[in-house]
Amino acid sequence: MRFADLLGFAWQVVLGYRSRTLLILLAMGIGVAAVVTVTSLGEGARLYVVRQFGSLGANLVIVLPGRSETSGSMPGVLIGKTPRDLTIDDALALKRSHAIRRFAPLIVGAGDVRSGARRRETPVLGSTAELMDIRSMELASGRFLPAGDPRHSQPVCVIGTKVANELFGTRQALGDWIRIGDRRFRIIGILAAQGESLGFNTDEIVVVPLAAAQALFNTESLFRILVEAKSRDQILDAKADVEEIIRLRHEGEKDITVITQDAVLATFDRILRALTLTVGGIAAISLAVAGILIMNVMLIAVTQRKREIGLLKALGATGRQIQMAFFTEAALLALGGAAVGVAAGEFGNSIISQVYPAIPFEAPWWALVAAPVTAILTGISFTVAPARRAAMLDPVQALSRR
Amino acid sequence: MIRLTGIERTFTVGGEQVHALRAVTLEIAQGESLSIMGPSGSGKSTLLNIIGLLDRPNAGTYELDRRDVTGLTDDELARVRREKIGFVFQFFHLVPRLTAAQNIELPMVLSGIDPAERARRVEQLLAEYGLTERSGHRPDQLSGGQCQRVAIARAMSMRPGVILADEPTGNLDRHTGQEVMGVLERLHQNGGTVVVVTHDPEIGARSHRRLRMIDGAVASDEKG
Ligand SMILES: Nc1ncnc2c1ncn2[C@@H]1O[C@H](COP(=O)(O)OP(=O)(O)OP(=O)(O)O)[C@@H](O)[C@H]1O
Ligand SMILES: [Mg+2]
Repeated sequence: MRFADLLGFAWQVVLGYRSRTLLILLAMGIGVAAVVTVTSLGEGARLYVVRQFGSLGANLVIVLPGRSETSGSMPGVLIGKTPRDLTIDDALALKRSHAIRRFAPLIVGAGDVRSGARRRETPVLGSTAELMDIRSMELASGRFLPAGDPRHSQPVCVIGTKVANELFGTRQALGDWIRIGDRRFRIIGILAAQGESLGFNTDEIVVVPLAAAQALFNTESLFRILVEAKSRDQILDAKADVEEIIRLRHEGEKDITVITQDAVLATFDRILRALTLTVGGIAAISLAVAGILIMNVMLIAVTQRKREIGLLKALGATGRQIQMAFFTEAALLALGGAAVGVAAGEFGNSIISQVYPAIPFEAPWWALVAAPVTAILTGISFTVAPARRAAMLDPVQALSRR
Repeated sequence: MIRLTGIERTFTVGGEQVHALRAVTLEIAQGESLSIMGPSGSGKSTLLNIIGLLDRPNAGTYELDRRDVTGLTDDELARVRREKIGFVFQFFHLVPRLTAAQNIELPMVLSGIDPAERARRVEQLLAEYGLTERSGHRPDQLSGGQCQRVAIARAMSMRPGVILADEPTGNLDRHTGQEVMGVLERLHQNGGTVVVVTHDPEIGARSHRRLRMIDGAVASDEKG
């Protein structure tokens, strides 16, 4: 039997039993659409998180004091030694590295911020002019901290929109003075409303020069140094340089932890990808259900079309030919169902994307391949039993009377 | 040429043995016309199914065109059946969703004959059996006589040496039955071997050779 004839024969069957065909297309379609949509949700979430990290500032390397606990396997070495602080001089030494574009030392504390009678408790960040670019901050008005030697400072500050609203209401905040603790700062900039960006709500902070923060919180040690590598490829070089430079300054002691944004991102990426695969797999169960439906329908077909099968045998069809006819039929139905499912899934995606434009819903390519392939494989494998039964049918019995 | 020697066929029904055929020995020459008659349950259909390789005997040998076909596998039997044997049934057994032309084409599709050649033969057969106008009709749009003519055209499409018909007029009125028998007789005149099982004595009597079966055995075998 020619392949084209096999297809033609199956096509006739598919057209001949319309309601049955529609039922299978529906079941298969729902299964495939579920896989496509669910994996799109997962993939969308992943891309969303990746982009959020991107907005944190590109090629970020974070330096924090103290060895991370995970490698503290030799407690004896640390006995009698307090971990060394990170200082401004440590930060300034990083200028030596060629892999580093810029860096911003950071001190964080809580401050009692006042303007006239109004007061509120806010996080106060002490840093330098570079912070703005490293963290991709935007200004609503005014300017950011002035560049210059971080060891000396002017009494100026930049505040978040919410802080400005709460302390000044409708009054003009820019150019006015606020009090933090017992020090006065002139407001030279107001940050644009950006909302939450991974842990920090930039609307609710006050940024002051590094040296001012040191005096305010009475500390020499830095909370973090944010480092921006020159390019994505140089992130690892930057990390190595930071470790080496600080180690030399700390008498050969590796007492800092360096986190690359890439590593954090890769972890999130992996978790979300696994999650997508998992939910996709769960959705694929509906494909198995559709497969069982196909098996049932095919078993019914073998009984229903018993006389036709007997006839085909009487006309000289071999068992193999009869099996192939059933497989082709199943494959055709599964393929149709997969097409319906992919179309429905993509349609669903486009609707969800309109409702949540911020999240990039898009079916991952592997789901678009895997879902139809799984559909066809399920369709065919669940047809093995019915097809065998058809091939074994005794033609005399099948053709006898009614 | 068909040669059956000592053919036995038994069925087990509810633990009891039913002898459908007992020691049937029979030779049918190429181009012969044979009618098989006998009471219901005498084994006529069983004999025809064994000749048509749809069923296997429990004992005995079957030679078709000088080849022993008793021990062939199912697939080998299917191929022999496809090439050498055409079936005509009482209930026509047309595929309901296919047109007359597609039904006639079916055996040629199964044997993988070139589509152009198939179309040529189908057209020829439709004309031969007066069905040209009906080629696009489905079985439920055809009369009983037309259905049976489609079935005969289908049986002839592979140009088999042997046509086996089990009560081909059993579901037709007298007039249409005569018409169908006329078609089968023409096949015989064109050199085909035609074996017809029938309950109609008039039709049976028209055959050159008449076989009578009783209780699974050949009771009489008359010629002329
Ligand atoms: N598949 C089967 N299983 C059990 N018994 C069977 C089977 N096929 C035929 N028989 C029995 O074998 C005997 C012969 O049956 P067969 O169908 O050959 O008779 P027949 O001469 O064709 O009868 P009819 O004229 O009614 O068609 C009957 O007794 C029948 O009951
Ligand atoms: Mg019978």
